[in-house]
Amino acid sequence: MFNIPLHSFYMMLFVILLLVAGSLIRLRLQRKNPSVDYTELKQRIQSWWWMIAILFGILLAPTTISIIFFALLSFLALKEFFSIMPTRQADRRVILWAYLAIPAQYYWVETAWYGMFLIFIPIYVFLFLPMRAVFIGETKGFIRSLGTIHWAVMLSVLCISHIAYLLQLPVINEEAGALGLVLFLIFITQFNDVCQYIWGKTFGKHKIIPKVSPKKTWEGFIGGVVTVTIISGLLAPYLTPLTITQGFVAGALIAVSGFVGDVVISSVKRDLAIKDSGTLIPGHGGLLDRIDSLIYTAPLFFHFLYYLYY
Amino acid sequence: MNRCLKILFFALLVKPMVLLGLGLNIFFKARLPKAGPAMVVANHNSHLDTLVLMSLYPLSQIHKIRPVAAADYFLCNKAVAWFSLNIIGIIPIQRSNIRDKEALFAECHKALDNGNILLIFPEGSRGKPEALSALKRGIHHIIKQRSSLKVVPVMMHGLGRALPKGERVFVPFNCDVVVGEAIPFEEDAKHYIDSVSQSLNQLLALCMTRQSIVQDEY
Repeated sequence: MFNIPLHSFYMMLFVILLLVAGSLIRLRLQRKNPSVDYTELKQRIQSWWWMIAILFGILLAPTTISIIFFALLSFLALKEFFSIMPTRQADRRVILWAYLAIPAQYYWVETAWYGMFLIFIPIYVFLFLPMRAVFIGETKGFIRSLGTIHWAVMLSVLCISHIAYLLQLPVINEEAGALGLVLFLIFITQFNDVCQYIWGKTFGKHKIIPKVSPKKTWEGFIGGVVTVTIISGLLAPYLTPLTITQGFVAGALIAVSGFVGDVVISSVKRDLAIKDSGTLIPGHGGLLDRIDSLIYTAPLFFHFLYYLYY
Repeated sequence: MNRCLKILFFALLVKPMVLLGLGLNIFFKARLPKAGPAMVVANHNSHLDTLVLMSLYPLSQIHKIRPVAAADYFLCNKAVAWFSLNIIGIIPIQRSNIRDKEALFAECHKALDNGNILLIFPEGSRGKPEALSALKRGIHHIIKQRSSLKVVPVMMHGLGRALPKGERVFVPFNCDVVVGEAIPFEEDAKHYIDSVSQSLNQLLALCMTRQSIVQDEY
Protein backbone atom coordinates (compact mmCIF):
# COMPACT_ATOMS: atom_id res chain seq x y z
CA MET A 1 0.00 0.00 0.00
CA PHE A 2 1.38 3.44 -1.01
CA ASN A 3 4.68 1.57 -1.41
CA ILE A 4 5.25 1.76 2.34
CA PRO A 5 7.67 -0.88 3.59
CA LEU A 6 5.53 -3.41 5.43
CA HIS A 7 7.09 -3.15 8.89
CA SER A 8 6.84 0.63 8.89
CA PHE A 9 3.24 0.37 7.74
CA TYR A 10 2.36 -1.90 10.67
CA MET A 11 4.20 0.42 13.06
CA MET A 12 2.12 3.36 11.85
CA LEU A 13 -1.06 1.34 12.25
CA PHE A 14 0.03 0.44 15.77
CA VAL A 15 0.61 4.09 16.69
CA ILE A 16 -2.82 5.02 15.31
CA LEU A 17 -4.38 2.21 17.36
CA LEU A 18 -2.66 3.57 20.47
CA LEU A 19 -4.13 7.01 19.74
CA VAL A 20 -7.60 5.54 19.21
CA ALA A 21 -7.24 3.74 22.54
CA GLY A 22 -6.12 6.97 24.21
CA SER A 23 -9.08 8.89 22.81
CA LEU A 24 -11.53 6.17 23.91
CA ILE A 25 -10.08 6.06 27.42
CA ARG A 26 -10.46 9.81 27.65
CA LEU A 27 -14.09 9.63 26.57
CA ARG A 28 -14.77 6.95 29.18
CA LEU A 29 -13.08 8.97 31.91
CA GLN A 30 -15.20 11.95 30.94
CA ARG A 31 -18.37 9.91 31.04
CA LYS A 32 -17.52 8.36 34.41
CA ASN A 33 -16.59 11.65 36.08
CA PRO A 34 -18.59 14.33 34.27
CA SER A 35 -17.73 16.88 36.95
CA VAL A 36 -13.95 16.71 36.36
CA ASP A 37 -12.46 19.06 33.79
CA TYR A 38 -10.54 17.07 31.20
CA THR A 39 -9.99 19.97 28.80
CA GLU A 40 -6.22 19.78 28.96
CA LEU A 41 -6.16 16.02 28.42
CA LYS A 42 -8.56 16.44 25.53
CA GLN A 43 -6.38 19.16 23.99
CA ARG A 44 -3.30 17.02 24.47
CA ILE A 45 -4.79 14.03 22.71
CA GLN A 46 -6.20 16.19 19.93
CA SER A 47 -2.76 17.71 19.42
CA TRP A 48 -1.27 14.20 19.31
CA TRP A 49 -3.67 13.34 16.49
CA TRP A 50 -2.52 16.40 14.58
CA MET A 51 1.16 15.77 15.20
CA ILE A 52 0.92 12.12 14.18
CA ALA A 53 -1.14 12.96 11.10
CA ILE A 54 1.39 15.57 10.00
CA LEU A 55 4.39 13.38 10.77
CA PHE A 56 3.03 10.33 8.96
CA GLY A 57 1.86 12.41 6.03
CA ILE A 58 5.32 13.92 5.72
CA LEU A 59 7.12 10.61 6.08
CA LEU A 60 5.02 9.06 3.32
CA ALA A 61 5.80 11.95 0.99
CA PRO A 62 8.95 11.98 -1.17
CA THR A 63 12.18 12.29 0.86
CA THR A 64 12.81 15.86 -0.26
CA ILE A 65 9.49 16.95 1.21
CA SER A 66 10.27 15.18 4.48
CA ILE A 67 13.60 17.00 4.60
CA ILE A 68 11.91 20.36 4.01
CA PHE A 69 9.52 19.51 6.83
CA PHE A 70 12.37 18.85 9.26
CA ALA A 71 13.97 22.12 8.14
CA LEU A 72 10.73 23.87 9.04
CA LEU A 73 10.77 22.11 12.40
CA SER A 74 14.30 23.39 13.01
CA PHE A 75 13.19 26.89 12.07
CA LEU A 76 10.25 26.85 14.48
CA ALA A 77 12.42 25.43 17.28
CA LEU A 78 15.18 27.98 16.70
CA LYS A 79 12.66 30.81 16.57
CA GLU A 80 11.24 29.65 19.89
CA PHE A 81 14.72 29.63 21.40
CA PHE A 82 15.54 33.12 20.18
CA SER A 83 12.17 34.40 21.34
CA ILE A 84 12.58 33.34 24.96
CA MET A 85 16.34 33.62 25.45
CA PRO A 86 17.92 36.97 26.27
CA THR A 87 19.70 38.49 23.26
CA ARG A 88 20.66 42.08 22.56
CA GLN A 89 19.01 44.38 20.07
CA ALA A 90 22.43 44.48 18.38
CA ASP A 91 22.20 40.72 17.76
CA ARG A 92 19.35 40.95 15.28
CA ARG A 93 21.58 40.63 12.19
CA VAL A 94 23.57 37.79 13.76
CA ILE A 95 20.33 35.98 14.50
CA LEU A 96 19.22 36.45 10.91
CA TRP A 97 22.44 34.71 9.78
CA ALA A 98 21.84 31.97 12.31
CA TYR A 99 18.46 31.33 10.62
CA LEU A 100 20.21 31.11 7.27
CA ALA A 101 22.19 28.14 8.59
CA ILE A 102 18.97 26.11 8.32
CA PRO A 103 18.58 25.98 4.52
CA ALA A 104 22.31 25.32 4.16
CA GLN A 105 22.34 22.50 6.71
CA TYR A 106 19.32 20.81 5.13
CA TYR A 107 20.83 21.21 1.69
CA TRP A 108 23.76 19.08 2.88
CA VAL A 109 21.19 16.57 4.11
CA GLU A 110 19.35 16.61 0.79
CA THR A 111 22.57 16.03 -1.17
CA ALA A 112 23.73 13.47 1.44
CA TRP A 113 27.05 15.30 1.84
CA TYR A 114 27.91 13.63 5.13
CA GLY A 115 31.16 15.44 5.96
CA MET A 116 29.68 18.88 5.42
CA PHE A 117 26.52 17.91 7.29
CA LEU A 118 28.66 17.09 10.33
CA ILE A 119 31.03 20.06 10.39
CA PHE A 120 29.01 22.91 8.92
CA ILE A 121 27.47 24.11 12.19
CA PRO A 122 30.21 23.19 14.68
CA ILE A 123 32.90 24.76 12.50
CA TYR A 124 31.72 27.18 9.82
CA VAL A 125 28.68 28.66 11.55
CA PHE A 126 30.54 28.59 14.86
CA LEU A 127 33.36 30.70 13.45
CA PHE A 128 31.22 32.92 11.24
CA LEU A 129 28.59 34.24 13.67
CA PRO A 130 31.09 35.90 16.07
CA MET A 131 32.78 37.52 13.07
CA ARG A 132 29.46 38.99 11.92
CA ALA A 133 28.84 40.23 15.46
CA VAL A 134 32.25 41.88 15.61
CA PHE A 135 31.38 43.97 12.56
CA ILE A 136 28.28 45.24 14.36
CA GLY A 137 30.66 46.35 17.05
CA GLU A 138 28.70 46.08 20.28
CA THR A 139 31.02 44.42 22.79
CA LYS A 140 28.90 44.77 25.91
CA GLY A 141 27.29 41.36 26.51
CA PHE A 142 29.16 39.85 23.55
CA ILE A 143 30.17 36.59 25.26
CA ARG A 144 26.74 35.76 26.58
CA SER A 145 24.97 36.61 23.34
CA LEU A 146 27.24 34.63 21.05
CA GLY A 147 27.27 31.68 23.43
CA THR A 148 23.49 31.66 23.56
CA ILE A 149 23.03 32.01 19.82
CA HIS A 150 25.40 29.22 18.90
CA TRP A 151 24.01 26.92 21.55
CA ALA A 152 20.50 27.42 20.17
CA VAL A 153 21.68 26.69 16.62
CA MET A 154 23.45 23.50 17.72
CA LEU A 155 20.38 22.20 19.54
CA SER A 156 17.68 23.11 17.10
CA VAL A 157 19.46 22.83 13.75
CA LEU A 158 22.36 20.39 14.04
CA CYS A 159 20.59 18.00 16.42
CA ILE A 160 17.21 18.02 14.65
CA SER A 161 18.80 17.64 11.21
CA HIS A 162 20.05 14.21 12.32
CA ILE A 163 16.46 12.95 12.12
CA ALA A 164 16.31 14.05 8.48
CA TYR A 165 19.67 12.44 7.70
CA LEU A 166 18.32 9.07 8.91
CA LEU A 167 16.16 9.16 5.76
CA GLN A 168 19.28 9.47 3.60
CA LEU A 169 21.16 6.48 4.99
CA PRO A 170 21.32 3.48 2.64
CA VAL A 171 18.52 1.07 3.57
CA ILE A 172 19.73 -2.10 5.29
CA ASN A 173 16.49 -3.40 6.77
CA GLU A 174 14.49 -3.62 3.52
CA GLU A 175 11.22 -4.48 5.24
CA ALA A 176 11.27 -1.30 7.32
CA GLY A 177 12.94 1.08 4.87
CA ALA A 178 14.55 4.42 5.75
CA LEU A 179 11.23 5.35 7.31
CA GLY A 180 11.65 2.66 9.97
CA LEU A 181 14.63 4.43 11.54
CA VAL A 182 12.71 7.67 12.01
CA LEU A 183 9.62 5.88 13.30
CA PHE A 184 11.78 3.92 15.75
CA LEU A 185 13.62 6.98 17.04
CA ILE A 186 10.54 9.15 17.47
CA PHE A 187 8.37 6.38 18.90
CA ILE A 188 10.96 5.23 21.46
CA THR A 189 11.74 8.82 22.47
CA GLN A 190 8.10 9.76 23.02
CA PHE A 191 7.35 6.38 24.60
CA ASN A 192 10.20 7.09 27.05
CA ASP A 193 8.62 10.43 28.01
CA VAL A 194 5.33 8.68 28.71
CA CYS A 195 6.96 5.76 30.61
CA GLN A 196 9.02 7.99 32.86
CA TYR A 197 5.90 10.03 33.57
CA ILE A 198 3.75 7.00 34.40
CA TRP A 199 6.40 5.27 36.54
CA GLY A 200 7.09 8.51 38.36
CA LYS A 201 3.41 9.24 38.92
CA THR A 202 2.77 5.73 40.29
CA PHE A 203 5.88 4.98 42.36
CA GLY A 204 7.77 8.29 42.47
CA LYS A 205 9.30 9.18 45.85
CA HIS A 206 12.96 10.16 45.67
CA LYS A 207 13.53 13.37 43.78
CA ILE A 208 16.28 13.26 41.22
CA ILE A 209 16.97 16.98 40.58
CA PRO A 210 14.46 18.92 42.68
CA LYS A 211 15.90 22.31 41.75
CA VAL A 212 15.31 21.84 38.03
CA SER A 213 12.28 19.63 37.82
CA PRO A 214 10.52 18.84 41.10
CA LYS A 215 8.35 16.16 39.53
CA LYS A 216 11.21 13.99 38.24
CA THR A 217 12.00 11.03 40.50
CA TRP A 218 14.51 8.18 40.55
CA GLU A 219 11.64 5.69 40.41
CA GLY A 220 10.26 7.29 37.26
CA PHE A 221 13.69 7.48 35.67
CA ILE A 222 14.73 3.89 36.40
CA GLY A 223 11.30 2.46 35.62
CA GLY A 224 11.34 4.34 32.33
CA VAL A 225 14.84 3.24 31.36
CA VAL A 226 14.09 -0.43 32.08
CA THR A 227 10.75 -0.46 30.22
CA VAL A 228 12.09 1.46 27.25
CA THR A 229 15.23 -0.71 27.03
CA ILE A 230 13.13 -3.88 26.85
CA ILE A 231 10.61 -2.53 24.33
CA SER A 232 13.40 -1.07 22.24
CA GLY A 233 15.24 -4.41 22.12
CA LEU A 234 12.08 -6.10 20.86
CA LEU A 235 11.22 -3.39 18.34
CA ALA A 236 14.71 -2.61 16.97
CA PRO A 237 15.19 -5.71 14.76
CA TYR A 238 11.75 -5.08 13.27
CA LEU A 239 12.29 -1.43 12.31
CA THR A 240 16.08 -0.98 12.13
CA PRO A 241 19.21 -2.94 11.17
CA LEU A 242 20.03 -3.35 14.88
CA THR A 243 20.03 -6.78 16.56
CA ILE A 244 18.16 -7.42 19.81
CA THR A 245 21.22 -6.73 21.97
CA GLN A 246 22.06 -3.58 20.06
CA GLY A 247 18.39 -2.62 20.37
CA PHE A 248 18.68 -2.88 24.17
CA VAL A 249 21.68 -0.55 24.12
CA ALA A 250 19.91 1.89 21.77
CA GLY A 251 16.88 1.85 24.08
CA ALA A 252 18.96 2.61 27.18
CA LEU A 253 20.78 5.34 25.26
CA ILE A 254 17.51 6.95 24.14
CA ALA A 255 15.92 6.63 27.58
CA VAL A 256 18.82 8.26 29.42
CA SER A 257 19.51 10.98 26.85
CA GLY A 258 15.81 11.69 26.42
CA PHE A 259 15.64 12.40 30.13
CA VAL A 260 18.68 14.69 29.86
CA GLY A 261 17.18 16.61 26.93
CA ASP A 262 13.97 17.09 28.88
CA VAL A 263 15.69 18.53 31.95
CA VAL A 264 18.08 20.70 29.92
CA ILE A 265 15.12 22.50 28.32
CA SER A 266 13.43 22.59 31.74
CA SER A 267 16.49 24.38 33.12
CA VAL A 268 16.27 26.95 30.35
CA LYS A 269 12.64 27.63 31.16
CA ARG A 270 13.29 27.71 34.90
CA ASP A 271 16.10 30.19 34.37
CA LEU A 272 13.69 32.45 32.47
CA ALA A 273 10.83 31.82 34.92
CA ILE A 274 8.42 30.66 32.22
CA LYS A 275 6.35 27.49 32.23
CA ASP A 276 6.22 26.79 28.51
CA SER A 277 8.41 27.89 25.63
CA GLY A 278 5.47 28.88 23.43
CA THR A 279 1.85 28.14 22.57
CA LEU A 280 2.28 26.37 19.24
CA ILE A 281 0.85 23.01 20.35
CA PRO A 282 -2.38 23.30 22.39
CA GLY A 283 -2.16 21.29 25.62
CA HIS A 284 1.58 20.71 25.23
CA GLY A 285 2.98 24.25 25.16
CA GLY A 286 5.64 25.22 22.66
CA LEU A 287 7.43 23.11 20.10
CA LEU A 288 10.52 22.91 22.31
CA ASP A 289 8.42 21.47 25.13
CA ARG A 290 7.50 18.59 22.83
CA ILE A 291 10.82 17.93 21.11
CA ASP A 292 13.14 18.62 24.05
CA SER A 293 14.09 14.96 24.47
CA LEU A 294 14.28 14.38 20.72
CA ILE A 295 16.98 17.04 20.50
CA TYR A 296 19.23 14.82 22.60
CA THR A 297 18.16 11.39 21.38
CA ALA A 298 18.35 12.09 17.62
CA PRO A 299 22.11 12.68 17.24
CA LEU A 300 23.04 10.02 19.80
CA PHE A 301 20.88 7.34 18.20
CA PHE A 302 22.09 8.38 14.75
CA HIS A 303 25.78 8.06 15.60
CA PHE A 304 25.25 4.81 17.51
CA LEU A 305 23.64 3.35 14.40
CA TYR A 306 26.19 4.92 12.07
CA TYR A 307 29.10 3.56 14.06
CA LEU A 308 27.71 0.02 13.91
CA TYR A 309 26.48 -0.15 10.32
CA TYR A 310 27.79 2.57 8.02
CA MET B 1 -11.88 47.03 -5.66
CA ASN B 2 -9.76 48.33 -2.80
CA ARG B 3 -11.54 46.02 -0.42
CA CYS B 4 -10.57 43.09 -2.65
CA LEU B 5 -6.95 44.24 -2.64
CA LYS B 6 -7.13 44.59 1.11
CA ILE B 7 -8.44 41.06 1.58
CA LEU B 8 -5.81 39.71 -0.81
CA PHE B 9 -3.06 41.62 1.00
CA PHE B 10 -4.09 40.18 4.35
CA ALA B 11 -4.88 36.67 3.10
CA LEU B 12 -1.75 36.17 1.01
CA LEU B 13 0.84 38.30 2.76
CA VAL B 14 0.00 39.39 6.29
CA LYS B 15 -1.66 36.28 7.69
CA PRO B 16 0.96 33.78 6.40
CA MET B 17 3.72 36.14 7.54
CA VAL B 18 2.26 36.48 11.02
CA LEU B 19 1.73 32.73 11.23
CA LEU B 20 5.14 31.59 10.00
CA GLY B 21 7.54 34.50 10.10
CA LEU B 22 6.40 35.63 13.49
CA GLY B 23 4.34 33.09 15.35
CA LEU B 24 2.06 34.49 18.03
CA ASN B 25 1.51 33.49 21.62
CA ILE B 26 -2.04 34.82 22.00
CA PHE B 27 -3.68 34.99 25.40
CA PHE B 28 -7.42 35.71 25.93
CA LYS B 29 -8.21 36.29 22.28
CA ALA B 30 -11.91 36.02 23.14
CA ARG B 31 -11.72 39.35 24.99
CA LEU B 32 -11.15 41.27 21.74
CA PRO B 33 -14.25 43.25 20.73
CA LYS B 34 -15.98 41.26 18.01
CA ALA B 35 -18.03 44.13 16.64
CA GLY B 36 -17.90 47.88 16.73
CA PRO B 37 -18.18 50.50 17.89
CA ALA B 38 -15.24 49.69 20.11
CA MET B 39 -11.67 50.70 20.72
CA VAL B 40 -8.50 48.66 21.05
CA VAL B 41 -5.61 50.40 22.80
CA ALA B 42 -2.21 48.79 22.39
CA ASN B 43 1.43 49.47 23.05
CA HIS B 44 3.51 50.44 20.01
CA ASN B 45 6.99 49.18 19.15
CA SER B 46 6.90 48.38 15.48
CA HIS B 47 4.99 48.91 12.24
CA LEU B 48 4.10 45.24 12.61
CA ASP B 49 1.87 46.04 15.61
CA THR B 50 -0.96 47.26 13.37
CA LEU B 51 -0.68 44.32 10.98
CA VAL B 52 -0.58 41.76 13.80
CA LEU B 53 -3.64 43.21 15.53
CA MET B 54 -5.58 43.39 12.27
CA SER B 55 -4.58 39.83 11.39
CA LEU B 56 -6.36 38.59 14.53
CA TYR B 57 -9.66 39.41 12.84
CA PRO B 58 -11.30 37.27 10.14
CA LEU B 59 -10.89 38.51 6.56
CA SER B 60 -14.58 39.42 6.38
CA GLN B 61 -14.15 41.82 9.33
CA ILE B 62 -10.79 43.38 8.53
CA HIS B 63 -12.21 46.46 6.78
CA LYS B 64 -13.95 47.37 10.06
CA ILE B 65 -10.64 47.73 11.91
CA ARG B 66 -9.36 51.28 11.59
CA PRO B 67 -5.88 52.10 12.91
CA VAL B 68 -5.49 55.71 13.98
CA ALA B 69 -2.17 56.96 12.62
CA ALA B 70 -0.10 60.12 12.27
CA ALA B 71 -0.88 62.01 9.08
CA ASP B 72 2.57 63.63 8.89
CA TYR B 73 4.17 60.17 8.77
CA PHE B 74 1.78 58.05 6.75
CA LEU B 75 0.62 60.65 4.26
CA CYS B 76 4.16 61.85 3.55
CA ASN B 77 4.20 60.67 -0.06
CA LYS B 78 1.60 59.51 -2.54
CA ALA B 79 2.43 55.79 -2.60
CA VAL B 80 2.56 55.40 1.18
CA ALA B 81 -0.57 57.50 1.56
CA TRP B 82 -2.52 55.41 -0.96
CA PHE B 83 -1.41 52.21 0.73
CA SER B 84 -2.15 53.48 4.26
CA LEU B 85 -5.57 54.86 3.39
CA ASN B 86 -6.85 52.17 1.05
CA ILE B 87 -5.14 48.92 2.01
CA ILE B 88 -4.65 49.40 5.73
CA GLY B 89 -7.55 51.83 6.13
CA ILE B 90 -5.95 54.22 8.58
CA ILE B 91 -7.65 57.25 10.09
CA PRO B 92 -5.04 60.00 9.69
CA ILE B 93 -4.52 62.38 12.61
CA GLN B 94 -2.92 65.79 12.13
CA ARG B 95 -0.46 65.84 14.99
CA SER B 96 0.43 69.50 14.34
CA ASN B 97 -3.14 70.67 14.73
CA ILE B 98 -3.90 69.60 18.29
CA ARG B 99 -5.63 72.79 19.46
CA ASP B 100 -8.94 72.00 17.89
CA LYS B 101 -9.83 68.66 19.51
CA GLU B 102 -13.19 68.47 17.73
CA ALA B 103 -11.65 68.65 14.28
CA LEU B 104 -8.76 66.43 15.31
CA PHE B 105 -10.97 63.49 16.24
CA ALA B 106 -13.89 64.11 13.86
CA GLU B 107 -12.88 61.18 11.63
CA CYS B 108 -12.57 58.87 14.65
CA HIS B 109 -16.10 59.71 15.77
CA LYS B 110 -17.40 59.16 12.28
CA ALA B 111 -15.76 55.72 12.17
CA LEU B 112 -17.20 54.79 15.56
CA ASP B 113 -20.65 55.94 14.42
CA ASN B 114 -20.26 53.56 11.49
CA GLY B 115 -19.64 50.66 13.85
CA ASN B 116 -15.91 50.38 13.25
CA ILE B 117 -13.27 49.27 15.73
CA LEU B 118 -10.61 51.91 16.34
CA LEU B 119 -7.04 50.79 16.86
CA ILE B 120 -5.10 53.32 18.88
CA PHE B 121 -1.54 53.39 20.09
CA PRO B 122 -1.67 55.92 22.94
CA GLU B 123 2.12 56.10 23.20
CA GLY B 124 1.92 58.20 20.05
CA SER B 125 5.16 56.81 18.63
CA ARG B 126 6.98 53.48 18.44
CA GLY B 127 9.72 54.70 20.77
CA LYS B 128 12.48 52.51 22.14
CA PRO B 129 12.18 48.79 21.42
CA GLU B 130 10.11 46.92 24.02
CA ALA B 131 9.65 49.84 26.40
CA LEU B 132 6.32 51.45 27.23
CA SER B 133 6.53 55.24 26.86
CA ALA B 134 4.23 57.68 28.65
CA LEU B 135 0.68 57.50 27.28
CA LYS B 136 -0.96 60.47 25.61
CA ARG B 137 -4.39 61.66 26.66
CA GLY B 138 -5.99 61.65 23.23
CA ILE B 139 -8.01 58.50 23.81
CA HIS B 140 -9.78 60.16 26.70
CA HIS B 141 -10.92 62.97 24.44
CA ILE B 142 -12.57 60.44 22.17
CA ILE B 143 -14.40 58.48 24.84
CA LYS B 144 -15.40 61.50 26.93
CA GLN B 145 -18.50 61.71 24.78
CA ARG B 146 -18.98 57.94 24.67
CA SER B 147 -18.69 56.68 28.21
CA SER B 148 -20.22 53.30 27.32
CA LEU B 149 -17.69 52.53 24.56
CA LYS B 150 -15.86 49.24 25.03
CA VAL B 151 -12.12 49.93 25.36
CA VAL B 152 -9.89 46.85 25.34
CA PRO B 153 -6.17 47.01 26.16
CA VAL B 154 -3.71 44.79 24.27
CA MET B 155 -0.08 44.27 25.22
CA MET B 156 2.29 43.06 22.52
CA HIS B 157 5.83 41.98 23.14
CA GLY B 158 8.58 40.84 20.80
CA LEU B 159 7.66 42.85 17.73
CA GLY B 160 10.17 45.52 18.67
CA ARG B 161 12.85 42.92 18.01
CA ALA B 162 11.32 41.53 14.83
CA LEU B 163 11.15 44.98 13.20
CA PRO B 164 12.13 47.90 15.45
CA LYS B 165 11.96 51.58 14.59
CA GLY B 166 14.62 52.59 12.09
CA GLU B 167 15.38 49.04 10.88
CA ARG B 168 14.56 47.68 7.45
CA VAL B 169 15.49 44.05 7.94
CA PHE B 170 12.84 41.79 9.41
CA VAL B 171 14.06 39.03 11.75
CA PRO B 172 11.65 36.25 12.80
CA PHE B 173 10.71 36.11 16.48
CA ASN B 174 7.70 34.75 18.31
CA CYS B 175 5.60 37.52 19.78
CA ASP B 176 3.16 37.73 22.64
CA VAL B 177 -0.27 39.27 22.25
CA VAL B 178 -2.11 39.54 25.57
CA VAL B 179 -5.65 40.91 25.53
CA GLY B 180 -6.88 42.50 28.74
CA GLU B 181 -10.30 43.14 30.19
CA ALA B 182 -12.25 46.18 29.05
CA ILE B 183 -11.25 49.35 30.90
CA PRO B 184 -14.15 51.06 32.71
CA PHE B 185 -14.78 54.71 31.93
CA GLU B 186 -13.52 57.43 34.26
CA GLU B 187 -14.29 61.13 34.12
CA ASP B 188 -10.80 62.22 35.08
CA ALA B 189 -8.38 62.00 32.17
CA LYS B 190 -5.26 61.42 34.25
CA HIS B 191 -6.86 58.60 36.26
CA TYR B 192 -8.14 57.03 33.13
CA ILE B 193 -4.79 57.10 31.36
CA ASP B 194 -3.12 55.73 34.49
CA SER B 195 -5.48 52.78 34.58
CA VAL B 196 -4.80 52.05 30.89
CA SER B 197 -1.09 52.18 31.56
CA GLN B 198 -1.42 50.01 34.65
CA SER B 199 -3.49 47.46 32.79
CA LEU B 200 -0.92 47.25 29.97
CA ASN B 201 1.88 46.72 32.47
CA GLN B 202 -0.07 43.95 34.19
CA LEU B 203 -0.55 42.17 30.88
CA LEU B 204 3.19 42.32 30.32
CA ALA B 205 3.69 39.84 33.15
CA LEU B 206 1.97 37.17 31.02
CA CYS B 207 4.33 37.62 28.08
CA MET B 208 6.54 34.62 27.46
CA THR B 209 9.18 36.62 25.65
CA ARG B 210 9.48 39.27 28.36
CA GLN B 211 12.84 37.94 29.60
CA SER B 212 14.41 38.02 26.19
CA ILE B 213 15.24 41.71 26.10
CA VAL B 214 18.73 42.79 27.03
CA GLN B 215 19.09 46.54 27.29
CA ASP B 216 22.05 47.68 25.23
CA GLU B 217 23.39 50.89 23.80
CA TYR B 218 22.81 49.80 20.22
